[in-house]
Amino acid sequence: MTLHPILAALRKHKAGVVLIAMQIALTLAIVCNAVFIIGQRIERVNRPTGLDESNLFLITQQWVDAPGEDTPGGVDKLDAMQLEDLAALRQVPDVVSVAPINSMPLLDSSWNGAIASKPGDTQFRGKSVTRTTYYFSDDQMLPTLGVRLVAGRAFNAGDVGHQGFRDQRDPDIVILTKALADKLFPNGAVGKAVYLNGGNKPVTVIGVVERMQVPYAGGGDEVAWNSTLIPTRLNANFARYAVRTKPGRLDDVMRAVTPALYKVNPMRVLDDDSVRSFTEIRDKAYRADLGMAILMGVVCLILLCVTAAGIVGLTSFWVGQRHRQIGVRRALGARKIDILHYFQIENLLIAGSGVVIGVLLAVGLNQWLMSHYEMTRIPILYVLTGVLAMLAIGQAAVFVPARRASNVPPVVATRAV
Amino acid sequence: MFAYYFQLGLRSLRRNPALTALMVMAIGFGVAASMTTYAVFRAVSGNPIPGKSAQLFTPLVDNWGPQQNLQGEPPDALDYVDAMALMRAQQAKRQTLLYQVQMSVLPGGDRDLPVSANGYAVYGDFFPMFDVPFQYGSGWSAQDDEARSSDVVISAQLNQKLFGGVNSVGRTVNFSGHDYRVVGVTRPWDPKPRFFDLFNTTGFKDASDFYMPFTRAQDLQMRSNGGNSCRGSLTFTGWEDYRQSNCVWITAWVELDSAAAVARYRRFLEGYASDQQKAGRFAWSPNVRLYDVMQWLDVRRVVPPESRISLLVALGFFAICLVNTIGLLLAKFLRRAGEIGVRRALGASRREIYAQYLIEAGTVGLAGGVLGLLLTAAGVAGVGVLFPPQIAKLAQLDMSLVGLTLLVAIIATVLAAFYPAWRAARVQPAWQLKSN
Repeated sequence: MTLHPILAALRKHKAGVVLIAMQIALTLAIVCNAVFIIGQRIERVNRPTGLDESNLFLITQQWVDAPGEDTPGGVDKLDAMQLEDLAALRQVPDVVSVAPINSMPLLDSSWNGAIASKPGDTQFRGKSVTRTTYYFSDDQMLPTLGVRLVAGRAFNAGDVGHQGFRDQRDPDIVILTKALADKLFPNGAVGKAVYLNGGNKPVTVIGVVERMQVPYAGGGDEVAWNSTLIPTRLNANFARYAVRTKPGRLDDVMRAVTPALYKVNPMRVLDDDSVRSFTEIRDKAYRADLGMAILMGVVCLILLCVTAAGIVGLTSFWVGQRHRQIGVRRALGARKIDILHYFQIENLLIAGSGVVIGVLLAVGLNQWLMSHYEMTRIPILYVLTGVLAMLAIGQAAVFVPARRASNVPPVVATRAV
Repeated sequence: MFAYYFQLGLRSLRRNPALTALMVMAIGFGVAASMTTYAVFRAVSGNPIPGKSAQLFTPLVDNWGPQQNLQGEPPDALDYVDAMALMRAQQAKRQTLLYQVQMSVLPGGDRDLPVSANGYAVYGDFFPMFDVPFQYGSGWSAQDDEARSSDVVISAQLNQKLFGGVNSVGRTVNFSGHDYRVVGVTRPWDPKPRFFDLFNTTGFKDASDFYMPFTRAQDLQMRSNGGNSCRGSLTFTGWEDYRQSNCVWITAWVELDSAAAVARYRRFLEGYASDQQKAGRFAWSPNVRLYDVMQWLDVRRVVPPESRISLLVALGFFAICLVNTIGLLLAKFLRRAGEIGVRRALGASRREIYAQYLIEAGTVGLAGGVLGLLLTAAGVAGVGVLFPPQIAKLAQLDMSLVGLTLLVAIIATVLAAFYPAWRAARVQPAWQLKSN
């Protein structure tokens, strides 16, 4: 079958052709980018925190009549209160380990700074300095969070100090994540000195952990695992405790810690929001990402349905309009399959021109999103998949009206409408 | 004639039900997606204090310098030294400093365990500046600020919790072990976005429970419960060291009535920074900012990117639905070419045909709008899936949104019908009659 008669016929239906092609182009542009956004969001949600997330929960509590950090001996009193709490929590049945900690991965509360392999360096140029998030905890941190040590040693009880929450003081030793260690010291970080926040005091790296995500969920991959672990308990009128329970005992322990802490000291704020499992923390952190993915998914689905329905509608109309001509062609010897193919090829031509424009639009939209939002270049695979999907949807949509056309009997030719 | 064409339009909805249902659904889904996302967008991008947004300004002073600030911009809050200097200078009609504090309070009644209360340490000008509405009592005076008195203004919600909602002015409340005298109870007041505290929040947070004098909070050495940002390698312990450090944690607001007052304040800020440079505290030339409310919302990017992207996607979606509608209307109208031919032959003008088909499209739009309204209601209810609860609860289906949904559906459909109706009006009566 030659294309010429099809093209000639299409010239008679310019408006319909343009509308279908435009619809396919716009749908392709939006669906490609939407699916890309879904993919990115899901990738982000699936980013590992480095923690053993099951059987882990966090307590955030505040003392009512805690001594001020700046009153004489205030920090020491606060530290004693914290140690008392930690001891009480360790006594709760089925608790495996407990660690005080200033924040957690995905908790969205962070203490950030700069870390460098050279003293006095705060300019983020070159490879010798990078941004980092500090985690303040004690020797129980790694087993409690389930973070794996890959080089050097972990903190021991003797390493752990304490300081007021807002006090600024460089520690003597730190543990880095592998991501951070590799950035600063490609040849192994253990035993090397780092300098914090542009300072001049050398801080020794004693160990490297496999992975530990920073508290903010939204950062890019280049900063997502830049954590520095410091063996210091922070003392303030509030404290956070990470608790690991025996497998399957999470809910029971979560219920048991509140009375245990009230027994130590009832003058504290400890409500429903204070005890949260890591699963809850994760859900909250990624709520917007998941919601966005769901929204985009729903929009794509409806969009594809609308486009397919539009093609069915317009093609049905054409079939109705050409009823008589189809009859004539059938009477002149065209087979059913020829009529079917005619409409299928016609749709392929229209959809083909639509996807060509659609690819341009998709790339353009992606460029625009890149310049306005945190977005990366759309991989060509997404666009190609989109092109094939649009062509397939076009063919599927045209099938029903095309088959109806092929069933037009030749006798129609002899009737005067 | 309008009524008759409208009736014809309603009747034709029933003709080719499949085609019509498709159009109505396309418009319904398109308009619902747009309106749902628009409801959220409107909620997050609105002006939180429409009457005064152009008179309230937040000053910023670069105390970090070009080596440590963020791409040349001053930090988004002030350190204690600069904040107090601006406050003492009294260069604006009204001015306040503020920072977030958290305290605990014993609610009394049958609950004997303390609960936390979130609030702000502010100056007395805070209340008239931000038009805070009072149920009982009022804010405190400048004398109270100076006297560093233990006053507190509590929210209606906290008043309900502590005092059962009665007039509690003059009563005493114990926060974190210290007694405060209640001087005022606000009506429910929680501007969204919370423009006055964008340093500590992203603009959406549960309402504050109390406001206490900044001076008193300083005496009690209460540290900010919100953000704190420091630069460089710092070594210090204790409150006084912290207050003298470059850590920023205080937000300042000033009220300036006229353009002249704004210019004057700007000059004062420049002058202050240059004095600091002369005094050797800053090693850089003045780098100050003075943002009004809407500029500040923009600088702090209060509208979440989710909201913008989903609005864009929804609009694109609506555009596709309209293109679809043009195609389907074309099919629907031209199918009736014979009918049009007869009408034209009987004397109807092109204009008449045009009017009839536009009105018919309008009825399709109306049907789509009604469907869209139902879907919008469902969408607004489901917004919580996509946005944090503090934002989600702002999106509401009010009368203006209902009206807008219907209006957008009808207007968009009528616009989409221009071309199909024009084609219908151009049908040649002779040709149609002949082929019959």
